[in-house]
Amino acid sequence: MNDNMNDNILEIRDLVVEYRTDEAIIHAVNGVNLVVKRGETLGLVGETGAGKTTIAKSILRILPTPPSKICGGEIVFDGEDLMQKSESAMRKIRGEKIAMIFQDPMTALNPIERIGAQISEAIAQHNKIKRYEAENRASDMLEMVGIPMERYNEYPHQFSGGMKQRVVIAMALACNPTLLIADEPTTALDVTIQAQVLEIMQSLKERLGTSVIMITHDLGVVANCCSSVAVIYAGEIVEYGSAVQVFDFPTHPYTIGLFGSLPKLNSTEPRLKPITGLMPDPANLPTGCSFYERCPDAKEQCSGSKPAMVEIEAGHFVKCFRDGGGE
Amino acid sequence: MIPIILGITLVVAIFIQIAPGDPARIKIGNEATEEEYQALRDEMGLDDPFFVRYFRFLGNALRGDFGKSFYNSRPVMAEIFQRFRYTIVIALLSVTLAVLVGVPLGIFAATHQYTIMDNAAIALALVCVSMPSFFFALLMIRFFALTLGILPPSGITTWQGWILPTLSLALGFAATITRQMRSNMLEVIRQDYITTARSKGLSEFKIRYKHALKNAIIPIIMIVGGIFGMALGGAMIAEIIFSVPGLGQYTLGGLTGRDYPIVQGSTFFMSVIFSVIMLLIDLGFAFIDPRIRSQFARRRKRERVS
Repeated sequence: MNDNMNDNILEIRDLVVEYRTDEAIIHAVNGVNLVVKRGETLGLVGETGAGKTTIAKSILRILPTPPSKICGGEIVFDGEDLMQKSESAMRKIRGEKIAMIFQDPMTALNPIERIGAQISEAIAQHNKIKRYEAENRASDMLEMVGIPMERYNEYPHQFSGGMKQRVVIAMALACNPTLLIADEPTTALDVTIQAQVLEIMQSLKERLGTSVIMITHDLGVVANCCSSVAVIYAGEIVEYGSAVQVFDFPTHPYTIGLFGSLPKLNSTEPRLKPITGLMPDPANLPTGCSFYERCPDAKEQCSGSKPAMVEIEAGHFVKCFRDGGGE
Repeated sequence: MIPIILGITLVVAIFIQIAPGDPARIKIGNEATEEEYQALRDEMGLDDPFFVRYFRFLGNALRGDFGKSFYNSRPVMAEIFQRFRYTIVIALLSVTLAVLVGVPLGIFAATHQYTIMDNAAIALALVCVSMPSFFFALLMIRFFALTLGILPPSGITTWQGWILPTLSLALGFAATITRQMRSNMLEVIRQDYITTARSKGLSEFKIRYKHALKNAIIPIIMIVGGIFGMALGGAMIAEIIFSVPGLGQYTLGGLTGRDYPIVQGSTFFMSVIFSVIMLLIDLGFAFIDPRIRSQFARRRKRERVS
């Protein structure tokens, strides 16, 4: 991929993450390579259990260990490998340089702390400023996401789901992070609120120049706000490219299947076309291509060995034998 | 709170009604004539119908009069007040001690999960939860009073007298709180908002003691209420073992002697105390948990509107 250090805010190389339990080793992330350029929004798409959240939490190193273990790879953020950092150095990065928005706003806020205090806490942690200054900035952040600052002293249960997610966004952006990881920020919200939240994120991102990793399984969200897309399947990136490349010329059979399963407004077909089968058990991954079982174009070759990532056009990568992954 | 007290007094009155034993016969002895015996029963009001007796007791109790003991004719109320301070001191001391030991130990076990220290704490707590307090009491009398001879085996004449009754009660309670605190803490630490706090870059100390502890301690407050009730009951046993002239001993004496005013008076008194403490616990909840506080506020607002 792109090797220009200054261009890339985040580079993930060969990341491997496992969950170890007494019964099995679950291979959640298997050799993921990703690049996020400065100021861009990368969409990370995949179905439930594909390893999206695990990647996100690995970047911040907030995976619970045990049972999880980062077994290998590098996560280079702004030229520094986060894997080599001490815990206290990581604490300075969390929240200040890299912030995260969580999937479920209902549980992401501490139920017994005032929301304003939860925001100003992050600010006070990373800036040597007086308490009232942190509080002022926290109220500004609230206003920025469209919540009147009079509600600073209220508790999470007094807010609706969409408002809570905006509080979470305000909290994440409070320290002007260089990288924002949004882990399915709209999944738990209803559709009208989804658009609202995405709009807020989009405008804040433009104003603050933040790079974003948008984790989602909603292709509509990706189409709306991402400049490049990585499709993840069973802990591997199977297709990666700019949004135009992936949306207009989906190449990996899984990506094609994803688009094929979307309902089309102008079609007369009575049923959706889902991808048949289920994702392989991450505790027991096949030796060959992990999509082999469900692939409509599976060949003999596919069950024996894993295809390699190939660049089929400038910046568009696919992991499939059909596109030359065997050479 | 009031229905609870009424319910308790009613149940006690029913039990007295159906329990065998005849206080008039106990008082007057077997040699008395049938006329004397009947005259005494009338005087004690034993032949009145159940509800007459129940409401007479209730009416008097509300006026602060529990009647007089059948045998020594001392007013029950005065006796209760004199003896209650022993019981309440033992109960309060043991609950306080249990909280002071149990909460930190539970946090410690949770934060050192699966280490030797955690396993040791949990094993110790399991032993203490499983053993009845009177057994501890006997063990401690044997060890501290007989073998070492540093603490008195019974009676409260000096401050050292308080130590053994309190300890024997507190051990079991401390173990209950430790176990509960540990599991609450472990559960809270897995919550999403703890991950959020971690992603903000907070130190482990702040995560643990600001975000996790406050949430984990809320159920403990509830448990302390229950434990306090158990302490009032358990204090009775400790009082008997350690010969403390507390309310428990008094009530037990009343029970065996079928001295109904004592039984009814002290259970009434205990249930009032217990209800007041439960009320305080509920207020404590509202103080810590804003969700409950706003429930109260909403109800008040609704009442004002209607």
